[in-house]
Amino acid sequence: MTDFVLKRMVALVLPFVQMLGLYVIFHGHLSPGGSFSGGIITGLSLIAFSLVFGLERGHEKISERLMGLIESFGALWYGAMGLVGVLRGTTFLMNKGAGVPLGEPGRLFSGGLILLITLGVGLKVASTMVTLFNALMEEEE
Amino acid sequence: MANKVAIVLLVCIGMVVLLAISELPLYGSPDTPAQNYVAERYIQGALDDTGALNMVAAIVIDYRAYDTLIETTVLFTAIIAVFLVLKKGTEGKGEQK
Repeated sequence: MTDFVLKRMVALVLPFVQMLGLYVIFHGHLSPGGSFSGGIITGLSLIAFSLVFGLERGHEKISERLMGLIESFGALWYGAMGLVGVLRGTTFLMNKGAGVPLGEPGRLFSGGLILLITLGVGLKVASTMVTLFNALMEEEE
Repeated sequence: MANKVAIVLLVCIGMVVLLAISELPLYGSPDTPAQNYVAERYIQGALDDTGALNMVAAIVIDYRAYDTLIETTVLFTAIIAVFLVLKKGTEGKGEQK
Protein backbone atom coordinates (compact mmCIF):
# COMPACT_ATOMS: atom_id res chain seq x y z
CA MET A 1 0.00 0.00 0.00
CA THR A 2 1.40 3.39 -0.93
CA ASP A 3 -1.27 5.75 0.39
CA PHE A 4 0.56 8.67 1.96
CA VAL A 5 -2.39 9.94 4.00
CA LEU A 6 -3.15 6.48 5.40
CA LYS A 7 0.45 5.90 6.41
CA ARG A 8 0.80 9.28 8.14
CA MET A 9 -2.51 8.87 9.97
CA VAL A 10 -1.65 5.38 11.17
CA ALA A 11 1.76 6.58 12.31
CA LEU A 12 0.03 9.32 14.30
CA VAL A 13 -2.73 7.21 15.83
CA LEU A 14 -0.93 3.94 16.61
CA PRO A 15 1.14 5.16 19.59
CA PHE A 16 -2.04 6.29 21.30
CA VAL A 17 -3.80 3.01 20.51
CA GLN A 18 -0.91 1.07 22.03
CA MET A 19 -0.93 3.36 25.04
CA LEU A 20 -4.65 2.70 25.50
CA GLY A 21 -4.11 -1.05 25.21
CA LEU A 22 -1.39 -1.05 27.86
CA TYR A 23 -3.51 1.25 30.04
CA VAL A 24 -6.46 -1.15 29.87
CA ILE A 25 -4.19 -4.09 30.74
CA PHE A 26 -2.53 -2.33 33.67
CA HIS A 27 -5.80 -1.01 35.09
CA GLY A 28 -7.68 -4.29 34.70
CA HIS A 29 -8.28 -4.51 38.44
CA LEU A 30 -9.43 -0.89 38.77
CA SER A 31 -11.58 -0.04 35.77
CA PRO A 32 -13.63 -1.88 33.15
CA GLY A 33 -11.54 -3.92 30.76
CA GLY A 34 -8.75 -6.24 31.60
CA SER A 35 -6.32 -8.67 30.11
CA PHE A 36 -8.38 -9.89 27.18
CA SER A 37 -9.71 -6.55 25.94
CA GLY A 38 -6.42 -4.74 26.54
CA GLY A 39 -4.44 -7.49 24.84
CA ILE A 40 -6.72 -7.34 21.82
CA ILE A 41 -6.29 -3.55 21.54
CA THR A 42 -2.50 -3.91 21.72
CA GLY A 43 -2.49 -6.78 19.24
CA LEU A 44 -4.73 -4.93 16.81
CA SER A 45 -2.38 -1.95 16.82
CA LEU A 46 0.44 -4.22 15.66
CA ILE A 47 -1.86 -5.81 13.07
CA ALA A 48 -2.81 -2.36 11.76
CA PHE A 49 0.87 -1.54 11.40
CA SER A 50 1.47 -4.72 9.39
CA LEU A 51 -1.60 -4.05 7.24
CA VAL A 52 -0.56 -0.51 6.30
CA PHE A 53 3.24 -0.76 6.16
CA GLY A 54 3.49 -4.36 4.97
CA LEU A 55 4.31 -7.63 6.66
CA GLU A 56 8.06 -7.22 6.15
CA ARG A 57 8.28 -4.05 8.21
CA GLY A 58 5.92 -5.57 10.76
CA HIS A 59 8.36 -8.45 11.20
CA GLU A 60 11.21 -5.96 11.57
CA LYS A 61 9.42 -4.36 14.52
CA ILE A 62 8.68 -7.60 16.33
CA SER A 63 10.18 -10.81 15.01
CA GLU A 64 8.24 -14.03 14.80
CA ARG A 65 10.61 -15.64 17.26
CA LEU A 66 9.91 -12.98 19.89
CA MET A 67 6.16 -13.45 19.31
CA GLY A 68 6.50 -17.18 19.87
CA LEU A 69 8.44 -16.55 23.07
CA ILE A 70 5.80 -14.13 24.40
CA GLU A 71 3.12 -16.61 23.41
CA SER A 72 4.66 -19.39 25.48
CA PHE A 73 5.70 -17.03 28.26
CA GLY A 74 2.11 -15.87 28.87
CA ALA A 75 0.78 -19.33 29.67
CA LEU A 76 3.84 -20.28 31.75
CA TRP A 77 3.69 -16.98 33.64
CA TYR A 78 0.13 -17.71 34.73
CA GLY A 79 1.17 -21.11 36.03
CA ALA A 80 4.19 -19.61 37.78
CA MET A 81 1.95 -17.06 39.53
CA GLY A 82 -0.25 -19.94 40.61
CA LEU A 83 2.77 -21.66 42.14
CA VAL A 84 3.26 -18.68 44.48
CA GLY A 85 0.36 -20.02 46.52
CA VAL A 86 1.87 -23.51 46.59
CA LEU A 87 5.26 -22.18 47.71
CA ARG A 88 3.63 -20.23 50.52
CA GLY A 89 1.97 -23.36 51.80
CA THR A 90 -1.61 -22.95 50.55
CA THR A 91 -3.41 -24.03 47.39
CA PHE A 92 -2.63 -23.36 43.74
CA LEU A 93 -3.55 -19.83 42.50
CA MET A 94 -4.28 -18.57 46.02
CA ASN A 95 -4.07 -14.79 46.27
CA LYS A 96 -4.93 -13.30 49.65
CA GLY A 97 -4.69 -16.56 51.55
CA ALA A 98 -1.09 -16.97 50.44
CA GLY A 99 -0.08 -13.78 52.20
CA VAL A 100 0.43 -11.73 49.02
CA PRO A 101 0.25 -8.03 49.98
CA LEU A 102 -2.99 -6.63 48.57
CA GLY A 103 -2.11 -2.96 48.86
CA GLU A 104 -4.50 -0.07 49.18
CA PRO A 105 -7.63 -0.55 47.01
CA GLY A 106 -7.70 1.97 44.17
CA ARG A 107 -3.94 2.28 43.75
CA LEU A 108 -2.30 0.93 40.61
CA PHE A 109 -0.23 -1.59 42.56
CA SER A 110 -2.99 -3.33 44.46
CA GLY A 111 -4.92 -6.54 44.18
CA GLY A 112 -1.99 -8.85 44.80
CA LEU A 113 -1.42 -11.30 41.96
CA ILE A 114 -4.26 -9.95 39.82
CA LEU A 115 -2.11 -7.25 38.21
CA LEU A 116 0.73 -9.68 37.45
CA ILE A 117 -1.56 -12.33 35.99
CA THR A 118 -3.41 -9.70 33.93
CA LEU A 119 -0.10 -8.51 32.50
CA GLY A 120 0.88 -12.01 31.41
CA VAL A 121 -2.49 -12.85 29.90
CA GLY A 122 -2.67 -9.47 28.14
CA LEU A 123 0.71 -9.97 26.47
CA LYS A 124 -0.33 -13.46 25.48
CA VAL A 125 -3.62 -12.35 23.92
CA ALA A 126 -1.81 -9.62 21.96
CA SER A 127 0.78 -12.04 20.62
CA THR A 128 -1.93 -14.58 19.80
CA MET A 129 -3.76 -12.04 17.64
CA VAL A 130 -0.57 -11.03 15.83
CA THR A 131 0.62 -14.61 15.34
CA LEU A 132 -2.75 -15.69 13.94
CA PHE A 133 -2.77 -12.73 11.57
CA ASN A 134 0.78 -13.40 10.39
CA ALA A 135 0.11 -17.10 9.85
CA LEU A 136 -2.97 -16.37 7.77
CA MET A 137 -1.35 -13.57 5.75
CA GLU A 138 1.85 -15.43 4.93
CA GLU A 139 -0.07 -18.32 3.47
CA GLU A 140 -1.66 -16.05 0.85
CA GLU A 141 1.61 -14.84 -0.59
CA MET B 1 -40.25 -48.24 8.89
CA ALA B 2 -37.08 -46.62 10.20
CA ASN B 3 -38.61 -43.22 9.48
CA LYS B 4 -41.66 -43.98 11.62
CA VAL B 5 -39.46 -45.17 14.51
CA ALA B 6 -37.42 -41.99 14.19
CA ILE B 7 -40.55 -39.82 14.30
CA VAL B 8 -41.92 -41.63 17.36
CA LEU B 9 -38.56 -41.28 19.15
CA LEU B 10 -38.36 -37.61 18.20
CA VAL B 11 -41.84 -36.93 19.61
CA CYS B 12 -41.01 -38.79 22.85
CA ILE B 13 -37.74 -36.91 23.37
CA GLY B 14 -39.44 -33.66 22.43
CA MET B 15 -42.14 -34.29 25.04
CA VAL B 16 -39.48 -34.81 27.72
CA VAL B 17 -37.71 -31.59 26.73
CA LEU B 18 -40.95 -29.60 26.70
CA LEU B 19 -41.90 -30.98 30.13
CA ALA B 20 -38.53 -29.92 31.46
CA ILE B 21 -38.94 -26.44 29.98
CA SER B 22 -42.37 -26.04 31.60
CA GLU B 23 -40.75 -26.68 34.98
CA LEU B 24 -38.14 -23.91 34.53
CA PRO B 25 -38.49 -20.85 36.79
CA LEU B 26 -39.45 -17.55 35.22
CA TYR B 27 -36.64 -15.53 33.69
CA GLY B 28 -35.17 -13.19 36.29
CA SER B 29 -37.32 -14.42 39.17
CA PRO B 30 -35.52 -14.00 42.52
CA ASP B 31 -35.77 -17.61 43.72
CA THR B 32 -34.06 -19.43 40.88
CA PRO B 33 -31.26 -21.80 41.87
CA ALA B 34 -28.80 -19.47 40.13
CA GLN B 35 -29.66 -16.60 42.49
CA ASN B 36 -28.02 -18.09 45.56
CA TYR B 37 -25.62 -16.89 48.20
CA VAL B 38 -22.59 -17.04 45.88
CA ALA B 39 -23.40 -13.79 44.07
CA GLU B 40 -24.04 -12.03 47.38
CA ARG B 41 -20.76 -13.35 48.75
CA TYR B 42 -18.88 -12.00 45.74
CA ILE B 43 -20.50 -8.57 45.94
CA GLN B 44 -19.82 -8.19 49.64
CA GLY B 45 -16.42 -9.82 49.87
CA ALA B 46 -14.65 -9.07 46.59
CA LEU B 47 -12.88 -5.93 47.80
CA ASP B 48 -11.69 -7.50 51.05
CA ASP B 49 -10.70 -10.80 49.45
CA THR B 50 -8.79 -9.48 46.46
CA GLY B 51 -8.18 -5.74 46.86
CA ALA B 52 -9.43 -5.13 43.31
CA LEU B 53 -12.01 -2.43 42.61
CA ASN B 54 -13.12 -4.08 39.38
CA MET B 55 -15.27 -6.96 40.53
CA VAL B 56 -15.17 -8.65 37.14
CA ALA B 57 -11.38 -8.86 37.34
CA ALA B 58 -11.66 -10.10 40.91
CA ILE B 59 -13.95 -12.94 39.83
CA VAL B 60 -12.17 -13.80 36.58
CA ILE B 61 -8.61 -13.77 37.92
CA ASP B 62 -9.04 -14.54 41.61
CA TYR B 63 -12.19 -16.50 42.43
CA ARG B 64 -12.35 -18.23 39.05
CA ALA B 65 -8.63 -18.30 38.35
CA TYR B 66 -8.61 -21.91 37.19
CA ASP B 67 -11.12 -21.08 34.47
CA THR B 68 -8.93 -18.28 33.13
CA LEU B 69 -5.83 -20.48 33.31
CA ILE B 70 -7.45 -23.07 31.09
CA GLU B 71 -8.78 -20.30 28.86
CA THR B 72 -5.20 -19.15 28.32
CA THR B 73 -4.15 -22.64 27.34
CA VAL B 74 -7.09 -22.73 24.91
CA LEU B 75 -5.56 -19.75 23.11
CA PHE B 76 -2.22 -21.53 23.10
CA THR B 77 -3.78 -24.69 21.67
CA ALA B 78 -5.55 -22.65 18.99
CA ILE B 79 -2.24 -21.16 17.87
CA ILE B 80 -0.62 -24.61 17.78
CA ALA B 81 -3.51 -25.92 15.66
CA VAL B 82 -3.21 -23.00 13.23
CA PHE B 83 0.53 -23.59 12.92
CA LEU B 84 -0.01 -27.30 12.33
CA VAL B 85 -2.46 -26.63 9.51
CA LEU B 86 -1.02 -23.52 7.87
CA LYS B 87 2.71 -23.22 8.51
CA LYS B 88 5.17 -24.76 6.12
CA GLY B 89 7.92 -26.41 8.09
CA THR B 90 11.51 -25.51 7.28
CA GLU B 91 13.58 -27.67 9.58
CA GLY B 92 12.77 -31.15 8.27
CA LYS B 93 13.22 -30.34 4.57
CA GLY B 94 16.88 -31.25 4.32
CA GLU B 95 16.36 -34.67 5.81
CA GLN B 96 13.64 -35.69 3.35
CA LYS B 97 15.74 -35.12 0.25
